[in-house]
Amino acid sequence: MKKGHIIGLGIIAVAIVIIISSIGDASSYESFSTAKDMASNGDEDPIHVVGHLKKDSRGTVTGLEVSQDKTSFTFTMVDNDGTEQQVYYNEPVPADFTRSEQVVVIGAYKTDQMFVADKILMKCPSKYQDNEFRDVTASKK
Amino acid sequence: MINTFIGNLGHFMVILAFVSAIITAWSYYQYTIVPETEKASWRKFSRVFFYIHAVSAVSIGVILFNIIYNHRFEYFYAYSHSSEALPVHYMISSFWEGQEGSFILWIFWDVLLGLFLIHTNKSWEGPVMVVFSLVQAFLVSMILGVVIGDLKIGSSPFILLRDVANAPIFQMNPDFVPEDGTGLNPLLQNIWMVIHPPTLFLGYASTLVPFAYLMAGLWTGRYKEWIRPALPWTIFSALILGMGIIMGAYWAYVTLNFGGYWNWDPVENASYVPWLIIVASIHTMITFKKSSTALKTSIVLVITQFILVLYATFLVRSGVLGDTSVHSFTDLGLSGQLLIYLFFFLFVAIFFSARAWKDIPSSEREASVYSREFWIFIGATTLGLMAFQVILPTSIPVYNAIIEAFGGISNMAPPADQVGFYTKFQLWFGVVVALLTAVGQFFWWKKMDKAALKSALVTPYIISLLLAALIISLAQVWNITYMIIVMAGTFTVVANATILIKILRKSTFKLAGGSLAHIGIGLMLIGVMFSSGYSDTVSINMSGLTYKRDWEDELNKENVLLWINQPLQMKDYEVVYRGRNKKLEGVPGYVSVGKLEMTGQQNKAIALEDIVVDGETYHKKGDEVDIVLEENSYFEIEYYQDQQLQFTLFPMSQPNPTMGLISSPDSKHYLNKDLYTHISAINNYEDPEWGEDKEYKATPGEQFHLGDYVTTFEGGEVVESVEGVELKEGDVAVKANLVIQDHDKQIRLEPIFLIRGNQVGRIPVTNHDLGIKVQVDNISPESNQFIFTVNSYQKDYVVMKALVKPYINVLWVGTIILLMGFAVAIYRRYDEFIKMRDKGLE
Repeated sequence: MKKGHIIGLGIIAVAIVIIISSIGDASSYESFSTAKDMASNGDEDPIHVVGHLKKDSRGTVTGLEVSQDKTSFTFTMVDNDGTEQQVYYNEPVPADFTRSEQVVVIGAYKTDQMFVADKILMKCPSKYQDNEFRDVTASKK
Repeated sequence: MINTFIGNLGHFMVILAFVSAIITAWSYYQYTIVPETEKASWRKFSRVFFYIHAVSAVSIGVILFNIIYNHRFEYFYAYSHSSEALPVHYMISSFWEGQEGSFILWIFWDVLLGLFLIHTNKSWEGPVMVVFSLVQAFLVSMILGVVIGDLKIGSSPFILLRDVANAPIFQMNPDFVPEDGTGLNPLLQNIWMVIHPPTLFLGYASTLVPFAYLMAGLWTGRYKEWIRPALPWTIFSALILGMGIIMGAYWAYVTLNFGGYWNWDPVENASYVPWLIIVASIHTMITFKKSSTALKTSIVLVITQFILVLYATFLVRSGVLGDTSVHSFTDLGLSGQLLIYLFFFLFVAIFFSARAWKDIPSSEREASVYSREFWIFIGATTLGLMAFQVILPTSIPVYNAIIEAFGGISNMAPPADQVGFYTKFQLWFGVVVALLTAVGQFFWWKKMDKAALKSALVTPYIISLLLAALIISLAQVWNITYMIIVMAGTFTVVANATILIKILRKSTFKLAGGSLAHIGIGLMLIGVMFSSGYSDTVSINMSGLTYKRDWEDELNKENVLLWINQPLQMKDYEVVYRGRNKKLEGVPGYVSVGKLEMTGQQNKAIALEDIVVDGETYHKKGDEVDIVLEENSYFEIEYYQDQQLQFTLFPMSQPNPTMGLISSPDSKHYLNKDLYTHISAINNYEDPEWGEDKEYKATPGEQFHLGDYVTTFEGGEVVESVEGVELKEGDVAVKANLVIQDHDKQIRLEPIFLIRGNQVGRIPVTNHDLGIKVQVDNISPESNQFIFTVNSYQKDYVVMKALVKPYINVLWVGTIILLMGFAVAIYRRYDEFIKMRDKGLE
């Protein structure tokens, strides 16, 4: 076998390792109920859950509880299947949190009742570009 | 008054730039294929059209900047990216905040590069400029803003707000112009954001040059010759794009809140991957110049880097990363157009390469293990695998999109812990690269066999082992992975330094590029390892307040709550929050908000007392002062050790109406570490929700508890004048002197009680820091008592995070040396090209 072939095989081997590990470490978008099934089967890998904050009829966010030292909080999230779940996040409340249209939490169930998020991604109505016209002068008082 | 002329002019210039680019491409094509006798006139014609293109492309930028600079908020671009309050350098950032502006920037750089190439090339001008003009036509089409039926080609930056916004006001008054724009994203209000995007886009734009030379070479049958002119430009791309990436990392470090400089965000990856391939292609091209091997590999890599830049653009701008990235653009409906652009050039590149493939010379000889070609090939392969490892998971949203486009369902998500996932691979690849650069350099400068290699490597090997042992024991690196990284890094530095010294002794500095760049790589590896691996959160919350006791212990609380003036022990430091400050125009340092009264006018305030810094009075009491960006507050945090004030930091925060709280950290820089402090949450200061009124009675001299504070009522005092009130004959004004003790601070509050005839007036005082409002409700002369009404809210506080980043300067020094190495190499290779050209060989 020529040296070129050995190197070629080596490259292919590394590439395969990379592909397999990428698939293995890739997370998935799940609902809270499948996440709960996974946790009860001992699978503690973090997953992504997409949903939105629970709001009352007047559009205010409900179920947001900030800890006494303001460095963590829990909130109620509704996933795309409509399952409600209490989520704990060990960081201060992001300032535009209650305005978010959609939240993605990345984490896992720590107990039956509580989903612990390692990371929260928020989609806000005006993250970068505002296609809606708002009268800025009015809101600036 | 709406000025539609300037927008129409801008739009016209876009169309002109588009048309002239297509004409230039066509005429340069003619120039390349016509017989020698006709070339002169075709060249003149082509150049004239490229100049027209250049002038129109530059005017697009000038016009858009004029719209922003003159606050023409009738234009959507100015309205949504700028505002009255922005200083000029941030108006420049607003220019490229939007996708359209950044495309204009890209077009502008390509124009400059094109002009440069026209005037430095002889035989390459024709075919290279065909590729250039075609790329320009594609880029300009992105801002064309032409809508034919359902087909939208490009998104114009010159559209009017009334054509975009569905607000009723435009039906009532089509000429309505909003008074102010929505402003610039506060995260981008940073000097690095003024210079980082142009650098990055010059890097992106310049990848076109080697690609254009390659296409020109494949087309005209000069399969080998394209390397010489392309090589300096490839190094230029690596330098500029690398610089842009580093600036972005530095910006993230000083502005963003994730506590680092690299987060493996898809958008960051999208620029890192082409950079790796560019660096790999530099190496194979240099190998080719030395030994006529690796030509095919170079061709593949040059095509790949160009296509990867287009792919990166697609990822960032198509909205496909919307769910995975924190900073990609939203979809402007250009995805299809970007894909056509990408596939067009991919197809062209594959077509020309395939046509020429069997005629491209390649060496049959097997490279020996003791040849530099072999080691450089291994190095390029490692860089390629590094790029592959990053781009594969970064593209996960693309796979989902493709599967869904075919009607499937795919719920694959990127790795949950992206930093851990990528670092795991990239660090080991980094170690391999470091070792290869060390060994490879010896092969480069000498013919090697087993014995020669041994004797060459043994000294640097021993020196680097000793050095690594010293670093490991002094810095206490007890993690085996990190030890290996330190060893690999020092080995690279020592080995390349050995070579560098030899080169400098023997010949000119011109040849030092490679070893310099490799020293930089070694230092970066060590710097990254220390600053990330040993990053230490010092703001661990030890207050004992827990939410859920059963599993809380596993979760470190990495933020602390600081009440104003109340010291808190935080690992090695005691920290005290001292209140808010603003930056004033022309005044050094920061000025406490307590000394300022806002006027309601943008960036204007009245000084409530003299503003004195270091004995110099900058403003007198009552002066109107200019605030530098009123929205920004600087939170004064004092760091103590052994009761001694060590330093004070002023992290910035801005409660932004559309984005929430935007914070920028402040750092204490030491030679061997940075202490980084960042605000995570703040008190609602301006607009508190006051509680219930409470009544207190006190006689002069009495000490009592006012809420949580020990307060001394020193007594009442009849005053002759009251600020803001004109005292009349017979009026009596009494000032109550209250001294509130808040830890080590004494705060004096002086509410006033006024008697005019039968009426009384009360002038309360409010202290926002303490969250307290006091007024004298009544005075009862019989009992010699003052009755106070006190209303309280909440003491001012911040929630903050503090990190120590050890040896981060090693990383920054490493990047600077790396970039210097590239610069030296460009000089050498460009000089070579010019000499050959002047001999008439190019």
